[in-house]
Amino acid sequence: MSELGLYVPGNSIIHRMPAWLKLLALIMLGVGSVFLSSVAAVLISAILVVLLYALAGFRPATALRQLRPLLWFLVFIVIVQIWTKSWQSAVTVAGVICLLVMLAALVTLTTRTSALADAVVTACRPLKPFGVDPERVGLLLALGIRAVPIVSGFAHQVRDAQRARGLGASPRAFAAPLLVRALRHADAVGDALVARGFE
Amino acid sequence: MPIIDIHDVTHAYGQGRMRRTVLRDVSVRLDEHRIGVIGANGSGKSTFARLLNGLVIPSRGEVSIGGLSTERDARAVRKLVGFCFTDPDAQIVMPTVQEDIAFTLKPMKLGKAEVAERVDAIMRRFGLHEHADHPAHLLSGGQKQLLALASVLISDPQLLVMDEPTTLLDLRNAQMISEVIAGLEHQVVLVTHHLELLEGFDRVLVFDESRLVCEAAAPVAVRFYRELMA
Repeated sequence: MSELGLYVPGNSIIHRMPAWLKLLALIMLGVGSVFLSSVAAVLISAILVVLLYALAGFRPATALRQLRPLLWFLVFIVIVQIWTKSWQSAVTVAGVICLLVMLAALVTLTTRTSALADAVVTACRPLKPFGVDPERVGLLLALGIRAVPIVSGFAHQVRDAQRARGLGASPRAFAAPLLVRALRHADAVGDALVARGFE
Repeated sequence: MPIIDIHDVTHAYGQGRMRRTVLRDVSVRLDEHRIGVIGANGSGKSTFARLLNGLVIPSRGEVSIGGLSTERDARAVRKLVGFCFTDPDAQIVMPTVQEDIAFTLKPMKLGKAEVAERVDAIMRRFGLHEHADHPAHLLSGGQKQLLALASVLISDPQLLVMDEPTTLLDLRNAQMISEVIAGLEHQVVLVTHHLELLEGFDRVLVFDESRLVCEAAAPVAVRFYRELMA
């Protein structure tokens, strides 16, 4: 089961929906989320999102797993909201963020990256006269999704190397090699794209 | 089989005091089916491989493949020359096996049915069909290299350049990849440190300190290289 929101094959109604429709629904739900202003509304929406995951054949645990990378960000948001406003506001704001991330992850879990990229290419086509290259935008999306497990793997390797050398949690010792590896990888991917005829 | 013509090539990276010459005065004409390239680390063999599909344009001299200049006819050369990198992770662009192979066909603007048919055929050929929807990052090293190879071969290049494709693999996967390479009908240029892969190769080039120091049939060139490194 994908922990990083990458496509999981399936035949559910959500899997079979066209990519453009899922993206459009995601945008509309994103805009609509500004109207979620009470704890009750957030809780009802959360139940609906979990039901959507069930409809796509995923357990509630899969929905929750999509939030793992956000954990520290959510903790920060909750603390700030409680400090400056109220616990109700903390639940509402953090809840809306969680719901949107889970919905976005549901789209990527049920849609092939190539279908998403094609939908984005089609959506960007009207912008061509303004200098936007739709194919390039689609490629950017695909590369972005592909980069998630790669960079995550680099982060694990750097952390392991730090531990092996008995180093503590130094942000600089972590960030510098990670950045170097990510840039080297980007360079290599650029070469590979050129070698495969994409310039 | 396209003729590889390298004429008086010198190449350097960087400028000023940082300038480092990685290839010096290389001239060679190759038309064999199996060509090996060996040499110590930093001897210039990877740069030589990158010359062949125009990833590197030489600072001086001319490289042509099948009569096409890698500088002036870069697009046409890349259709002719497929390139496999050492690290397949850098070469795999799309998240799943099937999507990455299909990605190569994108510029050809083929119909969906034809793309699906060609992708399915090559996945079966390389035993990847059971992993069609599998995330590429979860494949084994050998499977990743097979995927990288399939993604290159689906565009049907005439010449395949492979830059140390077995370096990151364990013995079993390296053997599997070498068997796949041996079975290819394509003209192959293989850069490698695994000298046993060169058995039966028509011609092997040995690089040392940026120069092409020997070009001969595999047994002679490998013996020369062993003596050089001793």
